[in-house]
Amino acid sequence: MADKFIEDKKNKVKVDTTIEGKTGEIDFNTLKSGGLIKQRQKDMFTVRLRCPGGRVPLSKLEKILEVAKKYASAYVHLSFRQSIELPYVDYRNFKAIYAELEKKGQKVASCGPRLRVPTACSGCEYNPNGLMDTQKMVKLVDEKYFGMEFAHKFKISFSGCPIDCARTNENDLGFQGAVKPDWNEETCIGCRICSKACTEGAIESDVETGKPIYNPEKCLYCGDCIRACPTDSWQEEMKGWVVRVGGRHGRHPIAGHKIAEFVSDQDVPRFIEIITKWYKENGVGYGRTRIGTILQIPAKWDSFVKTLRKELKDKIIESPKPPSKNEIHFE
Amino acid sequence: MTENINKRLNLKGVSCPLNFVKTKLKLEEMQDKQILEVILDDGEPMKNVPRSIKEEGHKIIKVEKLPDGGFKLLIKKGGRKDG
Repeated sequence: MADKFIEDKKNKVKVDTTIEGKTGEIDFNTLKSGGLIKQRQKDMFTVRLRCPGGRVPLSKLEKILEVAKKYASAYVHLSFRQSIELPYVDYRNFKAIYAELEKKGQKVASCGPRLRVPTACSGCEYNPNGLMDTQKMVKLVDEKYFGMEFAHKFKISFSGCPIDCARTNENDLGFQGAVKPDWNEETCIGCRICSKACTEGAIESDVETGKPIYNPEKCLYCGDCIRACPTDSWQEEMKGWVVRVGGRHGRHPIAGHKIAEFVSDQDVPRFIEIITKWYKENGVGYGRTRIGTILQIPAKWDSFVKTLRKELKDKIIESPKPPSKNEIHFE
Repeated sequence: MTENINKRLNLKGVSCPLNFVKTKLKLEEMQDKQILEVILDDGEPMKNVPRSIKEEGHKIIKVEKLPDGGFKLLIKKGGRKDG
């Protein structure tokens, strides 16, 4: 049997699908930029859909099911970045698939050296631990920054609370919700509930009065004390995002560390723009290299921190730590 | 201040989340603003149950540490509504 793919390529057949403004020729890289991943099987591709924050409206889900039944296999796969993938798609059906999905506004993702579909937990909307609205931010990031090109991939995630389900330290840029508590002595009845609610040992109770002794050094800013206090004597003083930069997984994982805390929703785009601009300028000349690797070069780290301080002033913490190796193969 | 206790529930040895379920069911039998006394073990029960009670709109008005290490809570049904 002739290889359709090779033959089509030789005959300069076009995939006839517009990917990022270009009509796709049969070229692995062009296809990859449009979220199409070549399979082991001849002519077969996996189509990666764009599902920011892992949230898929039912109207889109119904359409995805319809398309999958018609053009893909008997199952879908959930990618590690929360998007639905349709395996076993013949590239000759790309155009029809794109057009069908587009009817319900379902987009196809992107692969390669680009800003990827942002990931997130369910956030504060209905998750009781959630402090910040991750889904709102994921939508914003997806609409505004998806597909930006860099030296290598760039992944962003949002976690609504310090439990950090979205693993902000394993992403190139991660935002994690946090709340700083403030205690009002006047209304406190010394019930000790906050010290029981705090699993970090950041709140102890005075043996005599039962009133809290707060140790901010141990505080993760999760807000458990605020939620537990029966008299609302613990209140929210400040809420926002802890920002971590330079993380990744893969063959040689890197842990990203905190560079800022209590960053507002309004400031999130500024962080993204300043950091991606720095990466665009400083990621040149290293080949396919993630920002976390570049930030491990001392001179680059200094330049990065200087740039952030110049642009974001005191929003940057006093002594941020560069990303560190989190080696799993050669420990 | 002595509170007029309407119902009592001893949840010593009852683990999460059954202790909260029992508290919730007991509160459902009661009238608004009535007082329920609950005895809870220290540890997980004290970490979880008070928060859940608050989230359900009831008010914990008093907490007393017991000599055996447990805690006695007085809960006013629907007490968070009147601020």
